[in-house]
Amino acid sequence: MNRAPLGLRIAAAAGLLFLHLPLALIFLYAFTTEERSYQFPPPGYTLEWFAVAWNRPDIWAALGLSVRVAATATAIALVLGTLAAAAVARSRFFGRDSVTLLIILPIALPGIVTGIALRSAYSLADIPFSFWTIVVGHATFCIVVVYNNAVARLRRTSGSLVEASMDLGADGFQTFRHVVLPQLSTALLAGGMLAFALSFDEVIVTTFTAGQQTTLPIWMLSELIRPRQRPVTNVVAAMVIAVTFLPILAAYYLTRDGDRIAGQGK
Amino acid sequence: MAALPIDGRDGALRRLSDRLVARPRLLVALFLAPPLLWLGVVYLGSLVALLAQSFFSIDEFSGLIVREWTLKTYGELFRPANLDIIGRTVTMAALVTLVGAVIAFPIAYYAARYARGRTKALFYLAVMLPLWSSYLVRVYAWKLILAREGILAWATERTGTTPLLDAWLALPVVGGPSLSISYTGTFLVFLYLWLPFMILPIQAALERVPGSLLEASADLGARPGQTLRKVILPLALPGVVAGSIFTFALTLGDYITPQIVGSSTLYIGQAVYTLQGTAGNIPLAAAFSVVPIAIMVGYLAVAKRMGAFDAL
Repeated sequence: MNRAPLGLRIAAAAGLLFLHLPLALIFLYAFTTEERSYQFPPPGYTLEWFAVAWNRPDIWAALGLSVRVAATATAIALVLGTLAAAAVARSRFFGRDSVTLLIILPIALPGIVTGIALRSAYSLADIPFSFWTIVVGHATFCIVVVYNNAVARLRRTSGSLVEASMDLGADGFQTFRHVVLPQLSTALLAGGMLAFALSFDEVIVTTFTAGQQTTLPIWMLSELIRPRQRPVTNVVAAMVIAVTFLPILAAYYLTRDGDRIAGQGK
Repeated sequence: MAALPIDGRDGALRRLSDRLVARPRLLVALFLAPPLLWLGVVYLGSLVALLAQSFFSIDEFSGLIVREWTLKTYGELFRPANLDIIGRTVTMAALVTLVGAVIAFPIAYYAARYARGRTKALFYLAVMLPLWSSYLVRVYAWKLILAREGILAWATERTGTTPLLDAWLALPVVGGPSLSISYTGTFLVFLYLWLPFMILPIQAALERVPGSLLEASADLGARPGQTLRKVILPLALPGVVAGSIFTFALTLGDYITPQIVGSSTLYIGQAVYTLQGTAGNIPLAAAFSVVPIAIMVGYLAVAKRMGAFDAL
């Protein structure tokens, strides 16, 4: 393989810089001493804002709600996504393509459509906004992430192992527990982490289903529209990036042998 | 040979398991029931309820929703102001898609053809990390960049290109008082947000082009430019179309980005948001949200014909 032409190398490097410089900038601004504007270069650097952000109860409350919502939505998505994957991967049945489409639909349609549809359904059914109205929305679009990971893994593993297990006298539940689950576990872990990241970051559907509750992205959104203390927002933004990097890296290493990380569509 | 005495399980569970294994269709149905119930009732149910409301109308005097079937609300979409919103959103989506494809191509091409081993993994992560990192934080980053006192203004001043920037801002449509209050600003943020969604499918399509094909093209006397135009680009097209599904759908439905960075003109997403919220006009909001659905359904149909789904 010969070396890439210079023009191509420059274009690719420039494209990657375009993707990453803005993220790097967020980290730089977390340390700025400038309080009232987004002055560049920052006049000085300080760690003060990390302490200020640490002592803000509203941030902790928003973070807590986000984590609880993401954990619950991920748990639901894990169960439903795995079941759907098990049905689709191992058999052919009437309407199989429609089932696949139905699973993908929540992320193929614009988030605002999902959001407004859920909101109007809640108001038609007189369901008041609560923790669970947020979870229902999140779980709906998280299913596809788990499903994609599980289905890719199931397609690569051989069905004969399941048959061998049954032939050796294990019942269906034992086969699932001792044969299928160990094969699936890393794919489910990866899918679960991506679902968590997706839910943790979601804002478009959440604004429609949250009522008065504040998840971390909603907190962030209100700071974007009406900034109160800019350096604190900078710190939270930097922390959010740092925290979401970890599950992405972990999910990559868990699934890199052969199958792709599912969920190129958010 | 006797069966293994595993856990001494031979009660009800065992009998249930045996019954299910003997009937694979029942098993599949049991697997499918919970996810289908969830998606069918919660998701499709809500969607259908929303679509149904787009056929209601609103009483202009009382502001109450009239629950009678009518196409009046859809007629309102064709008012000049609303057509403006739709046209603006679709134009923005198309521009973001086009420019996104141009920027994404070299990255995808390098990753697919020249990057190996560690470099390849790095490239992949370099695209995945921005894709999965927080949407709002990435919008926020552009607020920092485009601010009057921000890095872009600093950079143009340092390089002496401020007059160039001012000249661009003085242009009629794309310009504005500052980059963060102009179409250019909105465009840049959209481009930044959705670029990774364009890179990955193009790379997937390019990975499938065998190297021997390019060698054959060169052996037959094609210059590199000709090989690019006549061999690589046509084969990469399904990937570009697959990527454009994301860039298009995401731009059509976004209502947050233009609210934070941009002139105060409306996009479809914002129109839906304000109509259902402050205006309380659910029927028109529902009709408006049918627009991106209709555009995407048509788009997906064309994309499927071009083989884009294989590149997803």
